[in-house]
Amino acid sequence: MYPVAIKEPGLKGTIEHFFKRTYKEIHAVQDVSFEIQPGEIVGFLGANGAGKTTTLKMLTGLIHPSAGSVTVAGHIPFRRESAFLRKITLVMGQKQQLIWDLPAMDSLQINAAVYGLSDRAAQARIDELADMLSLQGKLTQPVRKLSLGERMKAELLAALLHEPQVLFLDEPTLGLDVNAQVAVREFLREYNQRFNATILLTSHYMADITALCDRVLMIHQGKLIYDGSLDGLIEQFAPCREVHVELAYAYHKAKLQQYGDVQSIDGSSVRYLVKPELLTKTVSQLLADLEVVDLAVSDPPIEEIIGRVFQVGQVH
Amino acid sequence: MKLASNPFSKYFQLIRLFWSTAISAELEYRMNFIFSALTSLGGLAGSLFGLFLFYGQGYHFQGWSWEEALIVVGIFTFLKGFSTAFLAANLNRIVKHVERGTLDFVLLKPISSQFWLSFHSMSLWGLPDILFGLFIVLYAGIKLKLSWTSYLSGLIPILFGATILYSLWFILGATSVWFTRIYNITEVLKGLMDAGRFPMVAYPVSYQVFFTFIVPVAFLTTVPAEALLGRANPSWIIGSGCLAIALLWFSNQFWRFALRFYTSASS
Repeated sequence: MYPVAIKEPGLKGTIEHFFKRTYKEIHAVQDVSFEIQPGEIVGFLGANGAGKTTTLKMLTGLIHPSAGSVTVAGHIPFRRESAFLRKITLVMGQKQQLIWDLPAMDSLQINAAVYGLSDRAAQARIDELADMLSLQGKLTQPVRKLSLGERMKAELLAALLHEPQVLFLDEPTLGLDVNAQVAVREFLREYNQRFNATILLTSHYMADITALCDRVLMIHQGKLIYDGSLDGLIEQFAPCREVHVELAYAYHKAKLQQYGDVQSIDGSSVRYLVKPELLTKTVSQLLADLEVVDLAVSDPPIEEIIGRVFQVGQVH
Repeated sequence: MKLASNPFSKYFQLIRLFWSTAISAELEYRMNFIFSALTSLGGLAGSLFGLFLFYGQGYHFQGWSWEEALIVVGIFTFLKGFSTAFLAANLNRIVKHVERGTLDFVLLKPISSQFWLSFHSMSLWGLPDILFGLFIVLYAGIKLKLSWTSYLSGLIPILFGATILYSLWFILGATSVWFTRIYNITEVLKGLMDAGRFPMVAYPVSYQVFFTFIVPVAFLTTVPAEALLGRANPSWIIGSGCLAIALLWFSNQFWRFALRFYTSASS
């Protein structure tokens, strides 16, 4: 069993980062308690500076929580014991560990030696992962000549060489194009299934979260405000439908606002957010009063829901 | 790459991998090597010319003949090459790691982070200085008809000197956890080290005290040169050894202390 857990409530404190790229100096995380079972993929949501990275750093042992306790795979992370470090890995989308001027293979050999892998074991592992990542032939090219997507995949390979059971991924798809994002996502899904690895993932791309995570943790201003399924989050917070109306011509904004919560107006195209119980009424009113060319009802984009949760600061 | 059976062979194997990758990375820029060789020659010419200005006028540093003073220049040049090859490249990397936050990757490896940061890189540019330094020592040694045991007895304090230099350098590197950009401090250290170019007696007494007890430059060049010439006071060599071990220990403690601030302000 390798549960990832923060058990007692109250990871209180102010942690100063002297080094952070954004030069944000203070992060605070409070009352963040959760437990993750082996083999789970958990999405970690939060606006910039909400405390996601700070929490990840506490879980990997880079930061010592000033209060509360953290246990990952049976270890106290901050001790950074060798046995613990061999079980985990950290991938950061905006930072890279591969040597820029050399082929990824050189960095992989160093990592293999650091983790004490034999030649044969390392090669077998590299072959397996390169196959899963479709990186064959790319590992002998200088890293600087790889595309961003290939580089990220090579970073993943380097981070997973030692067969870690717990993966901490901080924005692993940052800056990648859609195809590369999909490839990384599919790889993570397959890796999780094949090795029963536990994954804690942060991402700004909701598609990553919806594709991979059955469970999400949402953190806002350093506090855990939601822990549960993604569907539950949408249902609890935004039991709303989106009504998209194409009108024959542009109406005045004041007129349009009579019918409900206007999300956007783009010429003659208007989007409303409507509560389910008001849906029929609103739609029939719209059709009766306005000259409607087309009308569609759908679930609002998840980004919008998340954005609203962050604005309001809590899940109702 | 063989499976490392004990920690020492693992570390040796890692150094071999670190340096071979560092060299391959540097060979991507071949012209640099030629320029660094020319720079070394220029620096060496400067040292020799400075020394020549004194001795050409018939002035002697008290107790040091021309050839004996040359040994100091040779050891100085050697150590300069050593610091370019092994210290500067790695130290600048610590600063970069802190600046970019990639120190996280180093800290999460199941290996001593001080080891990783101290040995990860090496620069071929230091090689010309190392070779010229050895050449000068050898030239002066032949002129002075030194025996091979003299060279051996010089080797130990040079090792101490290199350890002292490394420790000071690493301590300075560790301060980047607080100050992030500290390239300037290393320039200060380089500047002070330049004082090792001549025997300590070349300086006024107050400077000698400063360069012995505050910034231990005397232990880097003068003490090894005296040992090589077979006239060193044993207590100086013992002192040098003690200082080397103490500074090495302190650099490790200091690094651990610094990391507490890298990772957390409140623990």
